[in-house]
Amino acid sequence: MSTPTPPLPRWADLILLPIINLFAAFFICGLIVLAIGENPIEALGVMIKGAFVYSGGLGYTLFYTTNYIFTGLAVALAFHCMMFNIGGEGQALIGGLGAALASFGLGVYLPAPLAIPLAVLGAFIAGGIWGVIPGYLQAKRGSHIVITTIMFNFLAASLMVYLLAGPMLEAGQQSPQTARLAESTLLPKMADMLRPLGINITSSPLNASFLIALGAMAVFYVLVWHTRLGFNIRSVGQNQEAAHYAGINVARTIIITMAISGGFAGLLATNEILGFNHKVVLNFTAGYGFTGIAVALMGRNHPIGIFLAALLFGALTQGGGELDFEFQSITREMVLLIQGMIILFSGALAYMFNPPLARMIAKFVAPKDPANG
Amino acid sequence: MNTALELKNVSKSFGLVKANKNINLAVEAGSIHGIIGENGAGKSTLMNIIYGMHRADSGEIHFGGQHVDVRSSADAIEHGIGMVHQHFMLVPTFTVLENVMLGTEGGLMLRDGRGAALERLLHLSETYNLKVDPHALVSDLNVGQRQRVEIIKALKGGAKVLILDEPTGVLTPQEADQLFEILKVLRDDGVSVLLITHKLSEIMDITDTVSIMRQGEMVGHRKTSETSPQELAELMVGREVLLEVDRKPAKPGEVRFSAKNLGYTNAQGVVELEDINFEVRSGEILGVAGVSGNGQTQLMETLAGMRHLTSGSLNILGTEVTAADQTDPRIIRDLGVGHIPEDRHTHGLVLNFEARENMILGFQDTGLAGDGKLFDYTAIQKNCEDKMAHYDVRPPNPRLNAKNFSGGNQQKIVIAREFSANPGVLLVGQPTRGVDVGAIEFIHKQLLELRDAGCAILLVSVELDEIMSLSDRIMVLCDGQNVGIIDSAKADRQTLGLMMAGQRQEAAA
Ligand SMILES: Nc1ncnc2c1ncn2[C@@H]1O[C@H](COP(=O)(O)OP(=O)(O)OP(=O)(O)O)[C@@H](O)[C@H]1O
Ligand SMILES: [Mg+2]
Repeated sequence: MSTPTPPLPRWADLILLPIINLFAAFFICGLIVLAIGENPIEALGVMIKGAFVYSGGLGYTLFYTTNYIFTGLAVALAFHCMMFNIGGEGQALIGGLGAALASFGLGVYLPAPLAIPLAVLGAFIAGGIWGVIPGYLQAKRGSHIVITTIMFNFLAASLMVYLLAGPMLEAGQQSPQTARLAESTLLPKMADMLRPLGINITSSPLNASFLIALGAMAVFYVLVWHTRLGFNIRSVGQNQEAAHYAGINVARTIIITMAISGGFAGLLATNEILGFNHKVVLNFTAGYGFTGIAVALMGRNHPIGIFLAALLFGALTQGGGELDFEFQSITREMVLLIQGMIILFSGALAYMFNPPLARMIAKFVAPKDPANG
Repeated sequence: MNTALELKNVSKSFGLVKANKNINLAVEAGSIHGIIGENGAGKSTLMNIIYGMHRADSGEIHFGGQHVDVRSSADAIEHGIGMVHQHFMLVPTFTVLENVMLGTEGGLMLRDGRGAALERLLHLSETYNLKVDPHALVSDLNVGQRQRVEIIKALKGGAKVLILDEPTGVLTPQEADQLFEILKVLRDDGVSVLLITHKLSEIMDITDTVSIMRQGEMVGHRKTSETSPQELAELMVGREVLLEVDRKPAKPGEVRFSAKNLGYTNAQGVVELEDINFEVRSGEILGVAGVSGNGQTQLMETLAGMRHLTSGSLNILGTEVTAADQTDPRIIRDLGVGHIPEDRHTHGLVLNFEARENMILGFQDTGLAGDGKLFDYTAIQKNCEDKMAHYDVRPPNPRLNAKNFSGGNQQKIVIAREFSANPGVLLVGQPTRGVDVGAIEFIHKQLLELRDAGCAILLVSVELDEIMSLSDRIMVLCDGQNVGIIDSAKADRQTLGLMMAGQRQEAAA
């Protein structure tokens, strides 16, 4: 209730503000690069080339993007219900377990057109189960979702170590990982899928899971804004008491939301396990679950926004690797720093530039400010 | 004459909506100045401009003859403006004292400011008879007490102008009287009070001058002693208004809704409703009167399925509901019961949803949201447009978020939604809270039309006048118990007052 700020027009809120935030983050990082004695413009060039231009670079970028889309959607869906799902990491791990179980248990007996959907479903359901338990505890027992999802991350990690080093360890193996999954459940590489169509791209880890991610985005959009369940989810998120008044079963809605949210996170395994590693390895989630929070935040919990944010983080991951490779003094940690800056500016400080920007825009376009909504 | 506050040609638009157009207003020092106008006339907007919450697009504000640029509420407070908002702005989990300190904690450690704030609080509460326990949690206070906290907050900086935006909307008549006593003391102390209200009787009783707004414009200023409610109503609405309800005798039909030995005990084991018996017939209105806080809210919420009755039974359109049935609002609604909740912000609306989404809240599973599995936004939009037109919701923009409608128009959204579902039984809580005279006339007319169409209506209101003029029979609650049900023809204020104090009227029942 301090200075009155004129409302920011929608286009500025959705496009201009994120770009400014991004620039601010890159600017600070540029200064740091400068400080360690490298040329920031050159570094940026290397990153962009690494992420989009070099042969296979784009493929890698989109491969990482796929992971961020899944975890971003997971966090965003829970956000719509005002649930803070920090458990994407654990849900994704268990998703890997689900995919593996489906693959070993059923996949071996079935042809690919049946086996693949089963394995994908396995990942979704397993992730969903890991989300639904904290959801249930929140809805029925009032245990805070933030605490329980964090705890479930630890549980998932320990469980996976136990399984991969014990019951599921590949015979004769030293490192904790499973045997290769059933051939019929593996997702085809994008390059292999496009070749018959006469399109030749450099082979990269990019695989059919990317299409699953795009599908998940569409499902997310329809679910949240065009179904009754989505209406219920948003009502519960915005005003639980009004939702109750309106005959919505609040507890059930929370539980269902967390199940689907966990399922989205679980789908990460389709990319990493079914599409790339082809076996379950330790810690294949590599922090995607946590970064998903930033992706959702930056993407404003909307699938298009999440796609763009995921693409940005995907490009950073890939281009950052290139940076590490090309420059002596720039290490992997530098890339993490850039990611951190972006999260800081577009997440935590997302609205820092809002008031000055709003005032500036108000000055220029005040006479014909479009009607709200 | 000494002006405390003057506005010159103040204008403000929200997008295409011109909320204030060239407003001129002068408020005398040491007076109570009423502001009236229809819902959405721009009263709250104007007050928010004075208080620095909105910035005027053009125009000047003068405090004590001095032109000032009010950029924030901090500026306004510095110039001696205090405001109590239409919707309270307290932190429920803080104590009264903590809420009063908010914004002026002073110093690094809370302790430093605490002593001074407590002293100030006690001083104010002493001088102006603002009784409230400084160490109570705000969440434990009733509305009247919360309002006193708001007033203390507004006055703590030594306000010379106190703005009250619809302070009586949520108060019982008794609480309102207490508030007015406080305002008179303030006035005699030299404070100017700007009072927004929809109740013309209050304007006539307490104000010295009154300004009338209509559709963003100031249409007149009057000395209260030289005007009449009728004139004010006409200035506000721009046409003649029926201030009295024209109610024809009811033609009650079959019993549609009844309660037998209904009881409700809350989770803490406190008995909130005990042994309630009543029947509502098709085509009649049963009013529920009582000093607020005597179980009306619990009764409404229990009947609507939002709380589980703990003893006794209900009969809703032939379906028996007992404590063993875990009812919920969905089940009750599906039986054909409509419900206008007492508190539109907590229950009736999702403020961050668009109007069209609010127009299907509670009906999201019905055809209103589309016939198929997916939402049909064309139908949802059309549904909202139609209802907005029929119930005169302004602005008629289905895409506007509910929070951006004025208080009265928010209420009209809820009313439009619930009335047009054509319920067999209708539970109505405070239907005209915060609604302007023109809209009250309209809502009352609609309620009576629903009644005459055969709906069985249970009406809860803290406005005794509203209960008396609309109800066919009146049930009085005291301490969660039914004191008696009397015919409204035989009810007068005296009898009801005695009953509300707990005196049983066996003879009259
Ligand atoms: N933040 C906003 N964005 C868009 N429109 C707004 C906003 N605030 C107010 N309005 C519009 O401005 C007009 C005036 O609203 P205001 O709240 O001042 O009315 P009011 O006179 O206080 O009405 P009520 O008696 O119902 O409280 C209304 O049409 C309202 O919809
Ligand atoms: Mg208002």
